[in-house]
Formats: sequence, structure tokens, C-alpha cells
Amino acid sequence: MSGDAAIPGPAGTADAAGLLAPQGLGRKLKAAAASSPFYMGIILLLLVAFFSFLHPATFASSYNVRNIFLDASVLLILAVGTTYIMIAGGFDLSIGSVLVFSGVVAAQVMLQFGTDSLLTVALGFVVALACGTAWGVFNGFCITRLRVSALISTLGSMGAALGAAYLVTDGSDIRTVPNALIALGHGSVGGVPWLVVITAVVSVIGGVVLHMTRFGRHTYLVGSNPEGSRRAGINVSGHLLKLYALSGLLAGFAAMLSLGRFSTTTLEGHANDPLEAITAVVLGGTALTGGRGTIIGTVVGVFIPAVLANGFIIMGIQPFWQMVVIGFVVIAAVYADQIKRQKGERL
Amino acid sequence: MSIAPAGSKGDAILQARGITKRFGHVEALRGADFDAHAGEVTALIGDNGAGKSTLVKILSGVYGATSGQVLVDGGPVSFASPSDAHAIGIETVYQDLSVCPDLSPSANMFMGREALRPGLLGRLGFLDNPTMRRESAVAFQRLKVALKDMDAPISSLSGGQRQSVAICRAAMWAKRVVFMDEPTAALGVVQTARTLDLVRRIRDTGVAVVLISHNMRDVIQVADTVEVLRLGRRIASMRNQGITVPDLVGAMTGALDTVPESEPGVAA
Repeated sequence: MSGDAAIPGPAGTADAAGLLAPQGLGRKLKAAAASSPFYMGIILLLLVAFFSFLHPATFASSYNVRNIFLDASVLLILAVGTTYIMIAGGFDLSIGSVLVFSGVVAAQVMLQFGTDSLLTVALGFVVALACGTAWGVFNGFCITRLRVSALISTLGSMGAALGAAYLVTDGSDIRTVPNALIALGHGSVGGVPWLVVITAVVSVIGGVVLHMTRFGRHTYLVGSNPEGSRRAGINVSGHLLKLYALSGLLAGFAAMLSLGRFSTTTLEGHANDPLEAITAVVLGGTALTGGRGTIIGTVVGVFIPAVLANGFIIMGIQPFWQMVVIGFVVIAAVYADQIKRQKGERL
Repeated sequence: MSIAPAGSKGDAILQARGITKRFGHVEALRGADFDAHAGEVTALIGDNGAGKSTLVKILSGVYGATSGQVLVDGGPVSFASPSDAHAIGIETVYQDLSVCPDLSPSANMFMGREALRPGLLGRLGFLDNPTMRRESAVAFQRLKVALKDMDAPISSLSGGQRQSVAICRAAMWAKRVVFMDEPTAALGVVQTARTLDLVRRIRDTGVAVVLISHNMRDVIQVADTVEVLRLGRRIASMRNQGITVPDLVGAMTGALDTVPESEPGVAA
């Protein structure tokens, strides 16, 4: 360790020239190439190439590609919220249940409202977003005000929200969904399904806000050093509250997309959502300890399991293998990341 | 240098008069006085429990005083929070690093005070990274701190370099006073020497530097004046001319004066 606390520059101006020089393209590429999203992106491309080569007619068909994207879309919306939460050093296990709860309440309200129009759908969206946000605010309140750990708070609301959803429906799915919403769930624009377009828009907005705005910057700062952020005048509790609200809001949004796609409230279908979202986020290079992560990484992290599952089915391999493989891949990815970090970090 | 000195060298920038602070039954400060001057390094020393950290927390807005007065540029002020102290140009470098290891030096320099783009984008909260990067580089250059990479996360820097980012941040925002709480406690010999150089350069920009330290050699190397706290009071304020380590230790422990050692009611 050669400490260079404050190297007196031989000539101040020379130093400044070095410091002020815009980041070289080569250096930028090098930095990007060393990042987890890049490695994982390569793995994703290799998987796609592999399956396309073996089964060009089935895997690479437009129908199948469309399916992969559709399968990934709802999870990706949730994973965008999870990326924010995890960069801030938090956890949200409740998103699957919040999705179900929001979907159930929205479906119920749309049913009561009666007419089948875009207005009904709009009302459904408002209700779902409000329900999701309310659960998110509740999580944030428990975590920041009551100081119950994120793991326990969101574990609690995971159970509570699902239980409440069963109460609303008496335990059976609501299968009456407005046709206008189903049209959204199955329709496409220029050959691209609406769900995919909407998910892409949400991801891009999520990425822009995370990487280019003060809100995003504070998310990284809070995750990297909460106490230091507090000292620097950042309202850490307030920011965390907003992030849990955002995670809930996105779960509510995903609920409507899920309703549109499946035409039912899928009470039983989302128990694994939070863990799948966390898996995707971690695969994408977001640190469990907070402070690091990207939306593009999360996108890659969502698609690796999706492509693998789809490819296995097409190859006639039991799709359960995907779960086995992804389980080990997550561990390997985090291990590789730790090794890389230990090399890069000087203490 | 480029910064406008808050006052001319030697003016009293920050003063405390008769500060008391009670925590329940414990009287941490019992009428403490303090003076810090523009363009000088003031060392604040004292044994454990003398009230150094309590005094610094009051002077930097973390605590309110039970009684007594804080004066800035000769006028009384009251801080409701550290932000009030920040607003008036008083910054603190904490002993445990307050930097974010996962972010770049410039993100750390502008932590909580991010520069936003002009116009509509700025109102939407879009960051002005080029400006933050440029101003950080200027601040590092002004204090002659050379970082090998302005864009890498500072976790890739040495402990000493991370500390200098924290110090440069305080120096960049401080218009009047920089408090440094044991800035060399975690550093090796070489890094300590470099950090003390940095302290001198910050002093030379015209702000008052207040150095809280247990390391008497550091104090003698860098301080212009030394304020000694014991049992919640200032018991000495001396110019650093021909002072020796035994002098300082004697003042801290009371071996050199007649104040009785066993005064009641004081604890850490």
C-alpha cells in the first residue's frame, strides 16, 4: 500500500490538465468491459446464439422471440423497482403480493364500474397504482420510521398483502377483465406487443432517472454510505420512503399489465416474483450491499433466465433445469464480482 | 489563491463564550471558551472526556448548547442543525470517512449539493456532471491533490486518498471554518505527513482550520494556536512557539497548573 494522501503535484497545471481531460473513449470502453452488465450481456448473447444455432426454426422464430419478451416484461417492471431498492441497500420481498393485491382490487373496481371502455381501464390503472404505492409507503414507513429491517417489513407485508387479496376475492381469481385491457395485453404496435413497448419505456425512464438525475444520484449515495449521506444533508429516510413507494407503484403498474396479459388476477402466480426480481438484479451486477448497479444490467439479468427457460423447453430439456442452472449462476456471478472487487480495491 | 478569504488573516472567525452543555446529570462543558482565526490552524486538544467532541458538535450545529454564545465574525449565531452551519460556511471532516466508496470523486465532492443542468432539465433534477467534474478538479488542483482517476469509484483509492477527498470536499464548501476530527487517526506515517500538508494548504486559502487531535506531534507540526480543554473548560490558549509535547500533555492533564484534579460531575 503506497499511500498517496496528497501528492504535491510537480506543477499544478499539469495535474489539472490530466484531471480535466475528458474521459478517453478507450478508457470508457475499458471500464464498461470490466463491468458485470457487460460480462452478463456476453453470456446472454452466447445463449441466444447457441439456441438459435441449434433450433433456428423454433427458438429464433418471431413467435418465440415475442413470447420471451412477453414473459420477461412483467418481471422487468418489478425488477426496475428492485434495482433502485437494492442500490439504496434495501430489500423488497413484497412486490409479488403487492402486484396480486393491486390487481385484485383494480379488477374488482373495474368490475363494479361496469362499462368496458378505456375509461374503465384508466380507472383500473389509477386504483392499481394507488394500491401499490400505498403498500410501498407502508413498507417505507415501517423501515424508516419504525426502524424494522427491510427484510422483516417487506416479509410482513408480503404475507399481509396476499392475505388481503384472498380476502377481497374470497380466495378465487377474478376472471372478468375489461376487453379494453385485454386488447392492451394482447395487442401490438408495428408488430411489437404493447406490453413490450410499455416495459421498454418504463425501463428507459428508470435508467435515465437513475443515472442522470439527482434522485438517482441520491439513491447511490444513500446505498453507499447512509450515515455519510445524512451528514451531507441528504434526507436519507425520506429518500428510502420514496424508493419503497416507487417499488410499490411499479408493482401496481405491473399488476395491470399482468391482468391484460392473462385476463385473470393470477392469485397463485407471483409468489416467486420478488426472488426472481432480486436474482435478475444481482445477475445484472447490482451489489447486495448497495451503492452499485445499473438498469441495463437488470435488463440483461431478467433475460438470461427467460432465454434459458425458453431454450430448454425448445430443446426438450426439462425446464426445471433452468432453476437449477440459474441458482448456481447467481452464486457464481456474485463470487466472481467479489473476486474482481478485492483485486480492484486497495485498503 | 482563488478563494476569497473570509477575513484577513488573524481575524477571529469563530468564537465560543461560556458554553455549557448538560446531558442529564453529566456536565460535558462547563463554561468553555474557544477562538479560531482566519488563515490559522487552531488545534483543539484535551484528554478523553475533556469535552472536545461536544464542543465541536455545538460549533458545527449538531447539538445546541445549554447556555453560552457562539459568535461568527463577531456576531452571535445559533445553529438549529448542521445545515445551518453549512450555510454559514462551516464544514466538518469526520474521523470515520463520510465518503461514498462506490462513487466517483466528483460525486463525493458534490454529495448532497449536486449541481443541476440549467433550464428545464435542471428543474427536472438532471445532473450537470461536467460542471461537477470540472469544479472538483479545480478544487483538487488548488489543494494539490492528485487523484489517479477522476471517474473510478473511490473504493479504488488508498485510505489516504479517500481521506483527502473528504478533506477537499470540506475545503471546497467551507467559506469560514473547517473542523477536522482526528483526520490522521487511521493513516500511516507518509499519509499523515501528506494530510498535514493538505491542512496547511487549506489554512493558506484563508479559512480557519480547527484540528482535533490526540497526536501531539501533529499538533506541534501544524498548529498556529493550541486551545486546551480540560474538564469542560478551556484552560489554556497558546501560540505554537517553542511549545513541546510535554507542555501540551502537562496542560491537558493539569500537571502544570493549580486547578485541582478531582472536580466532580464530569464524565465522557
